[in-house]
Amino acid sequence: MNAEMKEMVTWRALNASLHQILEDHPEAFVLGEDITTWGTGGGTYGVTRGLLKKYGRERVLDTPISEEVLLSAVAAAAARGTRPILEIMYSDFAFLGFDGIINQAAKARYMFGGQFDTPVVIRTNGGSGIGKAAQHSQSLETLFAHIPGLEVVVPGTPGDAYGLLRTAAASDNPTIFLEHKNQYYDRGPVGTDPIPFGQARVAREGAHATVVATQQILAYSLQAAEELAAEGIEIEVIDPRTLYPFDMDAVYASVGKTRHLVVGHEAVRDYGWGAEFVAQAVEAAWDKLDAAPVRVGGARVPIPYSQVLEEAVIPSKDDIISAVKRTLC
Amino acid sequence: MTRYQAHEQGLTGLKLMAKIREFERRMPLLSEEGLIRGSTHPSLGMEAIAVGVSLALTDGDAIASTHRGHAHTLAKGADFGRTMAEILGRSDGYCGGKGGSMHIGVKEIGVLGTNGIVGAGIGIATGAALASKQKGDRTVAVSYFGDGASNQGVLAEAFNLAAIWKLPVLFVLENNHYAQSASVEDMVAQPDLSRRGEAYGVPSFNGDGMNLPEVFALTDAAVSRARAGEGPTLLVFDTYRYLGHMAGDTEIYRSADEVETAKKNDPIANLLEQLINAGVVTQEEWETMTKQIFEEVEAAEQFARNSPFPGVSEAFADVYAKGSSE
Ligand SMILES: Cc1ncc(C[n+]2csc(CCOP(=O)(O)OP(=O)(O)O)c2C)c(N)n1
Repeated sequence: MNAEMKEMVTWRALNASLHQILEDHPEAFVLGEDITTWGTGGGTYGVTRGLLKKYGRERVLDTPISEEVLLSAVAAAAARGTRPILEIMYSDFAFLGFDGIINQAAKARYMFGGQFDTPVVIRTNGGSGIGKAAQHSQSLETLFAHIPGLEVVVPGTPGDAYGLLRTAAASDNPTIFLEHKNQYYDRGPVGTDPIPFGQARVAREGAHATVVATQQILAYSLQAAEELAAEGIEIEVIDPRTLYPFDMDAVYASVGKTRHLVVGHEAVRDYGWGAEFVAQAVEAAWDKLDAAPVRVGGARVPIPYSQVLEEAVIPSKDDIISAVKRTLC
Repeated sequence: MTRYQAHEQGLTGLKLMAKIREFERRMPLLSEEGLIRGSTHPSLGMEAIAVGVSLALTDGDAIASTHRGHAHTLAKGADFGRTMAEILGRSDGYCGGKGGSMHIGVKEIGVLGTNGIVGAGIGIATGAALASKQKGDRTVAVSYFGDGASNQGVLAEAFNLAAIWKLPVLFVLENNHYAQSASVEDMVAQPDLSRRGEAYGVPSFNGDGMNLPEVFALTDAAVSRARAGEGPTLLVFDTYRYLGHMAGDTEIYRSADEVETAKKNDPIANLLEQLINAGVVTQEEWETMTKQIFEEVEAAEQFARNSPFPGVSEAFADVYAKGSSE
């Protein structure tokens, strides 16, 4: 990979990435609610720390609580030659500005015949696990991935968070960059290079079944792999890293080897992106599969508050294990 | 209002404010103990608004609350023990542990929920007022929201809709000077927030949110107008929150001096002084009352702590109406 790898937690990797982005792109600027005055001066999870000091108020802006105007304004600001990087504190709040993202930013290039690019990055977080309940815990990646014109990024490690954010900032498309709120303190190696979109990562090699998973479920899948290995079952774990564009070739290649497929995500299973991956695998690689693929995903309920309830609706390591066993038997 | 009524209400209000403060004082402690998940937003210092407004309402009226909504809910008549149980995620909580601090709804007293989405209550109260008009039941709806929430776009649409349809809704803006860590001075160019109502044809008033009788009087007048079919009112109350935005707030955005100065204008102390001067209550009587309040809130906390966690099957119930898709 890269020459210079450092151990870092995710929020710091994102922070380092933003510093580099503001350095690389003079037309980039960062904005969001409470991004310079909260916590240690770096927003809710520290990601914007030190940016104000280095780049000043012209390029690092605290905003009012006005998601609706912000999400449409960044699209237009981008079309006029800047590169806004907007932090939406929790992805759930993006719903207030869906017109800006979906009807404006995602469509401008196409409907105006390719005249306008809208290079915005919407940085936000999704996911559950810390008791934030129904309005702060949704996993909305499928919803965004469904919209033509948007790129959707779901980093699962500190290294990917760093490298993919740099690519998002350089992209001329509107990009939804979904961090996981329960992974800001995950530690891992971080390189110095951008990581291209549409290239899945093999997180663990294995011969018996392929598990495609992102973020928290990716972490559970790697734990599941350890337990399964003790029973003699070797799973190959694939992290797609971007849901649009997405790397089906990596899935076909892996399934060609293992002949079994499990797709796992925290987003609600029904109508989730896992269904899309399974459908594409079945359509294109039917002959490579020895058994029906299995989907693992969140229950079709809003995220409840109480810990016992929250844990019951999100897939666990054990759910991955039993899904692998189901497809193998 | 007669002098006698003022004092009756004053004493009721004083006790309720003190009880809510005792409840809210415990939030950061319970959070530190790990009993509250996610985040919880106490409202110490802001009690006079919730209590003063509620004294002008009946059970049939509706409120739409905010992320900082325990006081609104309790003042409207919610049981302290069941509210605490919800905040601790227990089965005796009003929502069976599914909602938590930021999503407490109590249908029978018109609490349409505390809310995790800043500004959402503005639209919700407008809708409750629309229902009142459709049904002709003469109930009113109150939306509580902060100076931060006043920057959400829904405010413009709600003000206009309520004004053209003369909806019985009160927009109660609690200006505690900060939205999380953003100061109202930095985030609002027109410092007189009541001008926002006027611009849409919504009669608007500024009031001292640290003075319960003033909050009550302004609200009572607005409720009368709403019940008489005269439409919405915006009430902007100046106040201050003593604690951080939530447990763990470093408060780098304000000085300790500023907080100490604000605390000198305390709504509970202010009202107590008025009532002592009017001979309604003595200092000794008040001390006895505060002991009793402490015991009551202590009992509420014990009730909540002893309440069991919900059964796992509850996680899957109530997504759809009974008898339909479930
Ligand atoms: C739509 C939305 N945006 C942002 C947030 C995050 N947030 C929660 S409370 C808050 C500040 C709200 O300030 P204000 O409305 O003044 O109420 P206060 O906290 O002062 O009572 C913010 C930004 C949110 N919950 N919802």
